[in-house]
Amino acid sequence: MSTDVTTPVRPAGSPAGRGQPPRRAPVGARRERWRGRLGRADLKLSPYLYVAPFFLLFGVFGLYPLVYTAWVSLHDWPLASDEHPWSGLDNYARLLTDPVFWNALGNTVAIFLLSTVPQLTLALVGASLLNRRLRGRTFFRLSVILPMATSVAAVSIVFSQLFSRDFGLVNWLLAGVGVDPVEWQASKWSSWSAISVMVDWRWTGYNTLIYLAAMQAIPKDLYEAAALDGASAWKQFTRVTVPLLRPTILFTVIVSTIGGFQLFTEPLLFNSGSSNYQGGSLRQSQTLAMYVWENAFVKFDFGYASAVAWVLFMIILVAAALNYLAVRRLGGTRVPD
Amino acid sequence: MVLAAPTVARRRRPRESGAEIGKAGPLVYVVLALGAGLSVFPLYFMLVVATRTNDAIGTLPPVLTPGGNLGANVDRLLANEDAHFLRGLANSVIVSAVVTVSVVLFSSLAGFAFAKLRFRGRNALLLVIVATMAIPVQLGLIPLYILMIKLGWVGDLKAVVVPFLVSGFGVFMMRQYAAQAVSDELIEAARVDGCSTLRIYWNVVLPAVRPAAAVLALFTFMQTWNDFLWPYSVLTQEQPTVQLSLATLSTGYYSDYAQIFAGTALATLPLLAVFVLFGRQIIGGIMEGALKA
Repeated sequence: MSTDVTTPVRPAGSPAGRGQPPRRAPVGARRERWRGRLGRADLKLSPYLYVAPFFLLFGVFGLYPLVYTAWVSLHDWPLASDEHPWSGLDNYARLLTDPVFWNALGNTVAIFLLSTVPQLTLALVGASLLNRRLRGRTFFRLSVILPMATSVAAVSIVFSQLFSRDFGLVNWLLAGVGVDPVEWQASKWSSWSAISVMVDWRWTGYNTLIYLAAMQAIPKDLYEAAALDGASAWKQFTRVTVPLLRPTILFTVIVSTIGGFQLFTEPLLFNSGSSNYQGGSLRQSQTLAMYVWENAFVKFDFGYASAVAWVLFMIILVAAALNYLAVRRLGGTRVPD
Repeated sequence: MVLAAPTVARRRRPRESGAEIGKAGPLVYVVLALGAGLSVFPLYFMLVVATRTNDAIGTLPPVLTPGGNLGANVDRLLANEDAHFLRGLANSVIVSAVVTVSVVLFSSLAGFAFAKLRFRGRNALLLVIVATMAIPVQLGLIPLYILMIKLGWVGDLKAVVVPFLVSGFGVFMMRQYAAQAVSDELIEAARVDGCSTLRIYWNVVLPAVRPAAAVLALFTFMQTWNDFLWPYSVLTQEQPTVQLSLATLSTGYYSDYAQIFAGTALATLPLLAVFVLFGRQIIGGIMEGALKA
């Protein structure tokens, strides 16, 4: 895939003379030369001018904060004070022995697994169903991605009601099969599950379409050959579809990892009250991102919050790398790109 | 890994008869209808609660049909002095519109430069842009906030607009599209005719990349409209985006579900309308790998 980035736009060796007005030597006069110079300046400078806005704004609002976070994390940095004494790795050492941090890490990983595994599995199944000759194609495709139009805030509000203890639809349905009302916010497993349902509701359709696009790129004759060899539909799915989808699966797994480890709004708004950033009275559904937020904007301990943020970033990198390796092994051969 | 998406698009075969395998049987339709139902139901439920009284919501079995109380719920919402709902709505329109126009403009400009112009450091710079797409927002949250304090932008809409005027993803996406959609011959011809680079951008490139620009605009608008974490951190309750108004409602008024849901429905309907109107383009955009989550 890196070849794609570096593909020359035109064959190498033909850049010279590109775009300049043909030089008419003698009578051309000053105006012509002036125009030529202007044209050359235009050719030389324009590209930089066009990419400059991105790099300027990104430098100020993207790169600078990134580096600065590392810097802040090495200081004792309460918002209220102008003194920010150097504290070395103290913030990181504190983090290692902070049970609230470990709790948040556990919650984050659990919700990530509980949401991502069913989500991508369902998306694969959904895509293989949509990848058939079908009436109402657009209707089905549109309905599965409709949840994406909903904001996280709205999703959280609607699902909090669906999961409410006394009059929620979910508990009512469960009562129908003889299960006692669950107070979904109250325990770890129940709150993790409810939050995972919210996440999956919003994102399964998106991944379904991603998989569908990749499936449509699989040459049909592969299936025909498999069918000739007597492979069942299931065999075709596991032996042809899934292996050929591996790069796409890898893509979705990594996107889900990056998103999942940053989970914030769903658990925040799933819990009610003014200290909802704690994820419940026993912090049963507080994620790492919520803990960063709590330290920064409730305790105003910017130094410690920055340390947690950096560790979160490192965890995302490691998790993405682990997922990469895991998916690469899936099916046994190497990932084509 | 982000590069994986456009590869998908390129590898797709030309659609002759569609690459679908097999005809869908009745069971497939049943399962798909179930999935579609689960997808749509929470949205339907949102409308149901928004149009009911609080008494009706607090009953078993749960209400599942719309009522006639939407007007009263909206009245209560608009009279709610903590939520600043209308201001939130207006702010969201302004912020999303400005960010969208800016992202599309700068992305297509830079994408054009990366795809069709030659300059020193082009590949290195493009690589930097791709790398920026992997950086999570939270990492910059705190210093960005410190920066906003220094600039005096805390509580100001500028804080949720200016940092988002450009997008690495947008640049990359427009670059990929421009590379194959804009013909070198056309650019060359325009040069011979004495067009400046800017004119070429405006008259040749922009018309050619319009489909991708439209998809980018849709997704940028959607993302900005729905953004929560950063606005929640840097704005105040008095100057909210519509999502913050919802958060205020849901954390402070959790006994008045009808009002909260009326607000939620009003905040969601504009995007639902966009989705239904531009459904095909959005589906196409996702399937061509245009959207990064």
